Amino acid sequence: MADLPSPNQRRGLVAIDGAMALMVILLVVQIWLLSATLEGFLAGHHGVALPAAIFSGLLFAACVTIDAFVERVDRESRKD
Amino acid sequence: MSLFRNPSDQPLWKDEFSVFTADERYVTRRQFTKFLSLASLGMFAGNLWILAKTFFVKTPEFPSTVVAELGEIPVGGVKLFTYPAPQDHCILVRTGDDKYVAYSQKCTHLSCAVYYSAQQGRLECPCHQGYFSIKDGSVLQGPPPRPLPRIVLERDAGKLVAKGVKVGEHG
Repeated sequence: MADLPSPNQRRGLVAIDGAMALMVILLVVQIWLLSATLEGFLAGHHGVALPAAIFSGLLFAACVTIDAFVERVDRESRKD
Repeated sequence: MSLFRNPSDQPLWKDEFSVFTADERYVTRRQFTKFLSLASLGMFAGNLWILAKTFFVKTPEFPSTVVAELGEIPVGGVKLFTYPAPQDHCILVRTGDDKYVAYSQKCTHLSCAVYYSAQQGRLECPCHQGYFSIKDGSVLQGPPPRPLPRIVLERDAGKLVAKGVKVGEHG
């Protein structure tokens, strides 16, 4: 029978699952942002491209940060 | 840090091409978050591409083309023409004694050809019931996401001359 995860590992798994859910939400927002920007661009509203690109960059930075967090939590929970 | 899963002492190829289907399809949480980050990078790259397009796209130069003689079509009548390229079909409508408007005939939804409904006083797309205002080409109803591109018309010695195309603008 497989070993049961330690309390620390369980906490780590919960944190990673939460982080993953947050990343999925951020990605959905980013997909919506891209489609809305493209729609605006095709409609001749070129002014939306710059703020959209900045916001998309911030969302990407948030995703990378969360990814680094997942990496760290995973590493720490494996120490047990 | 490796991008690939290597949880066992087996060589990587045995891990990646396991004889056990469940093993082969197994995706760790770390792999999944990396995939999400890559997808996020893709979305960001898409936004940057649109931004680059807005900076580097130059305003196209449109030719002057005679599309009709003044009085050639009756009030409420239409004339089809192509502008600026032969494959760009447009529709000219005489909405009043002295009023002419012209739009691209291509619906902004799925590119069906729109026609003028004189009874309703609007441009209609027969494919998905998208309606456009005859005054400014704006969407009145239906799935089209954008107004019809408007052809800029000028009068020159009793003739209507197309001078350009305005995209996404009302009026």
